[in-house]
Amino acid sequence: MKALLVERSLPRFAAARLAGAFASSKGAGLGPLRLADVDPPELPDGDDWFRLRPILSGICGSDLSTLGGRSSRYFDELVSFPFVPGHEVVATLEGPGYSADGRRLEDGSRVVVEPVLGCVARRVVPQCKACAAGDTGDCENVSVGHLRPGVQTGFCADTGGGWSTGGLVAHSSQIHPVPEELSDRDAVMIEPLACGIHAAMTAEVREGDTVAVVGAGTLGLVVTAALTHLAATGRVRRPSGLLLGARYAHQRRLGEELGATRALATEQLSRALRRRTASLALGAPQSSTLRLSGGADVVFDCVGTAESIEQCLSMTRPRGKVVLVGMPGKVRVDLAALWHREIELVGAYTYGTERLLISEETAKLSAVRTFELAIELSKSARAGRLVSATYPIERFEEAITHAGSAGRRGAVKIAFDPTERPTPTTSKKGMKR
Amino acid sequence: MSPRPGFVLEVDRSTPPVLFWHGESFSLERLPEGSRVIYAPEPLEALEDPRAKIRDALETPLGDSDPLRALLKPGMKLTICFDDISLPLPPMRSPDVRQLVIEEVLELAAQAGVDDVVLVAALALHRRMTEEELRHALGDRIYDAFAPNGLLTQHDAEDRDALIHLGETDLGEDVEINKRAATSDLLVYVNINLVAMDGGHKSVATGLASYKSLRHHHNPKTMTHSRSFMDAPASELHSANWRMGRLIKESGVKVFQIETTLNTDTFPSNFAFLQKREWEWSLRDRATFAASSSALSRTPSRVARKIFHSIRSPHAMTSVQAGEVEAVHAVTTRNVWEQQGVEVSGQSDVLTMGLPYICPYNVNSIMNPILVACLGLGYFFNLYRNKPLVREGGVLILNHPTPWEFHPAHHPSYIDFFEEVLTETKDPVEMHERFEESFATDPWYIHLYRTGHAYHGVHPFYMWYWCAHALEHLGRVIVVGGDPAAVRRLGFTPASSLQDAFEMAKDVVGFSPSVTHVHVPPILMADVS
Repeated sequence: MKALLVERSLPRFAAARLAGAFASSKGAGLGPLRLADVDPPELPDGDDWFRLRPILSGICGSDLSTLGGRSSRYFDELVSFPFVPGHEVVATLEGPGYSADGRRLEDGSRVVVEPVLGCVARRVVPQCKACAAGDTGDCENVSVGHLRPGVQTGFCADTGGGWSTGGLVAHSSQIHPVPEELSDRDAVMIEPLACGIHAAMTAEVREGDTVAVVGAGTLGLVVTAALTHLAATGRVRRPSGLLLGARYAHQRRLGEELGATRALATEQLSRALRRRTASLALGAPQSSTLRLSGGADVVFDCVGTAESIEQCLSMTRPRGKVVLVGMPGKVRVDLAALWHREIELVGAYTYGTERLLISEETAKLSAVRTFELAIELSKSARAGRLVSATYPIERFEEAITHAGSAGRRGAVKIAFDPTERPTPTTSKKGMKR
Repeated sequence: MSPRPGFVLEVDRSTPPVLFWHGESFSLERLPEGSRVIYAPEPLEALEDPRAKIRDALETPLGDSDPLRALLKPGMKLTICFDDISLPLPPMRSPDVRQLVIEEVLELAAQAGVDDVVLVAALALHRRMTEEELRHALGDRIYDAFAPNGLLTQHDAEDRDALIHLGETDLGEDVEINKRAATSDLLVYVNINLVAMDGGHKSVATGLASYKSLRHHHNPKTMTHSRSFMDAPASELHSANWRMGRLIKESGVKVFQIETTLNTDTFPSNFAFLQKREWEWSLRDRATFAASSSALSRTPSRVARKIFHSIRSPHAMTSVQAGEVEAVHAVTTRNVWEQQGVEVSGQSDVLTMGLPYICPYNVNSIMNPILVACLGLGYFFNLYRNKPLVREGGVLILNHPTPWEFHPAHHPSYIDFFEEVLTETKDPVEMHERFEESFATDPWYIHLYRTGHAYHGVHPFYMWYWCAHALEHLGRVIVVGGDPAAVRRLGFTPASSLQDAFEMAKDVVGFSPSVTHVHVPPILMADVS
């Protein structure tokens, strides 16, 4: 089969990093990713692993960081090489199988992959506390068990990934059937939406809170959609306002369509928050990002850079919360505001099980898999519209470049379509809009 | 030779292109044949000895007032208030009229043995003046004598301890003004009457008022019913200020008003062509125009702004009158009209105007889009008596770059107004109801107004309210050469050239529209029959 392969090659990671320093994603050609003919991954023993053939597989910000050599060294021990990337996957089941909730699925069923490789998939007994509680994203055993290390499918040498024509293997606990009414594009957004939902749940928004979202790439938009949907359906308390800071006009439009109270240019966000929260701004009013005396109750950082973290801290009220959704690397951040204002900085990685509010009076909670909520949200938000273009895997350099400059080019999510062949009839550049 | 009166030119084939201001630049544009161009009267002659005239005015007051000398007593409390940076435009060459007048007042005060003298810049809700600006307005001698001792102050409309509520008018309008001024034995107000709506009771009732007081007339209803601001009997803004001024008088506040008028000699000799009629341009004027246009086209806007804001106008004083407010202002208004009035017959379908780099609220600052709207629709549109120069449903064409740019220290609330309010509504009434109070009471804006150099939080609303009458009257506003996004945010239509704008105007007013171009500055006032 044809697959895009990432190999451990320090010179190529370094080259990608260097190229990336000059122009984002220029590292695609120089970096560690290459198109290769490889054998499909072996199906692990037992009756709970199944083969999948990808239909669409998205390109995530974490993929771009990895390919650009910008990922934190923290992950060095949590991946295994060579691996086929692609953890946002909608695929068809090859042969009958089972889903995470124990349903039997027919051959050819359309499914999405919940890519976290936790204790169950790794056959680690006893399960870690997190997995036992259903919080698979927090699994403590992602480098042990019968699989080689890998936090997720798409970073593990044994499972394959979505960026291949032949396929990947998945444990039944990772498999979720896709409802018929969802398009393939809707379905490939389920994994990012699950991230958004988990981040929204992590924030523990209170009734009437002012919420801000910094960054309106895929993550910013899915957090916006998730929080809006969960509040509208009574699963979380309703914020009084959700302000989205977005660099590009199309992001602002989508942000408001997905439920942001206001979507503003990034540099306007702190001003709007100051107005909304009746805060003072500290220092001179000339600054493009005002340091607020008060600020939002909850701020989602959907960028993950030093600048965005500092921006979030500058606009969060004392004892407020910053939820770090965008994947940061090694950053140098002034944490004086965090210390002085007693701000809580919390990460939001992937998903697992969410505890939803089902009764205001008794504060009773109900446990639901994040992916179930994401499937529901994908339908209500018509999430497929966030997929701006698809590429055959043979055109990976253009695809990665497009994904790396998505905002500038009016796009949101770029995905691979491994079923697509790069023929002249596909489109001018092998790209499908 | 006496100065020539204003003039209405009818454009024909032989008419040369007409000068249009375009912010920090200008261009020559051809107008359709049959268009009218309105030129300001030539500058009236300057008073030969302004200081002597000021002394005369103080000795021979108008109305029911004793000479200033007779009103000054030892041990009394004297407050001298003066117009702020918004007047005159451009700022005049030193010595400023305010300096000349206040020096004479202080001389008399000193002769009378008055020790308790405080100067107050009548800011209303405008930004505080800088030391340099105060020195320019008052001169170094006054500044150095008063400022170091805390006796040169700037009105603070948010300092509750420094305000006094004098009561309500018959219509329930609160009158709350500067306490020091109101509780003085004598309040001397020193004014520059650049246009007809300046001065009179407006000096104290507006210049020294709080938001609580100003909101009664700086609102969409009053502004819509002021047709125009320059025509006192037809101006609700004028009426409200007069009601308040009379209440101030009845409250026992003794005001001695000193009003001055300036001629229309607006630009220094190197820019003299800007105030000449184009067919009278000399070879030197043409060369200067060509050279300056060419240079400006290559100059970054920030540098051009700096160059233009350094212009000091040769404005000269044409009259000074002192005494009782209403009697003084009646004469002042006549003098303003004598300098600026131009008789114009009938309205047109389209009115064009080039907007310069300056308006009352961006001296030494940036003309942001809201100020562009205010200058065009609030000020220049309203330079009329009887009826507007453009018919109801007609088109106003403005020529200005309208950059999406704000001075963050001077206009912080404007930035948020542009983003938060104009994205929601352009309707003055709706924004008044939905947004005004939250801006007016915003603690950050108040802090910046009081301690920095920021216009009050509510100020951008007032700028938009100034436009209310024009917004209601006009069928469309087209901005030539503006930032399209900023122009659209204002609710106006962008055009790339004047010819395009005329084409667009036809959609509203039909083919072969009548066109009037108002050639300002220098400022003129159209008396439209």
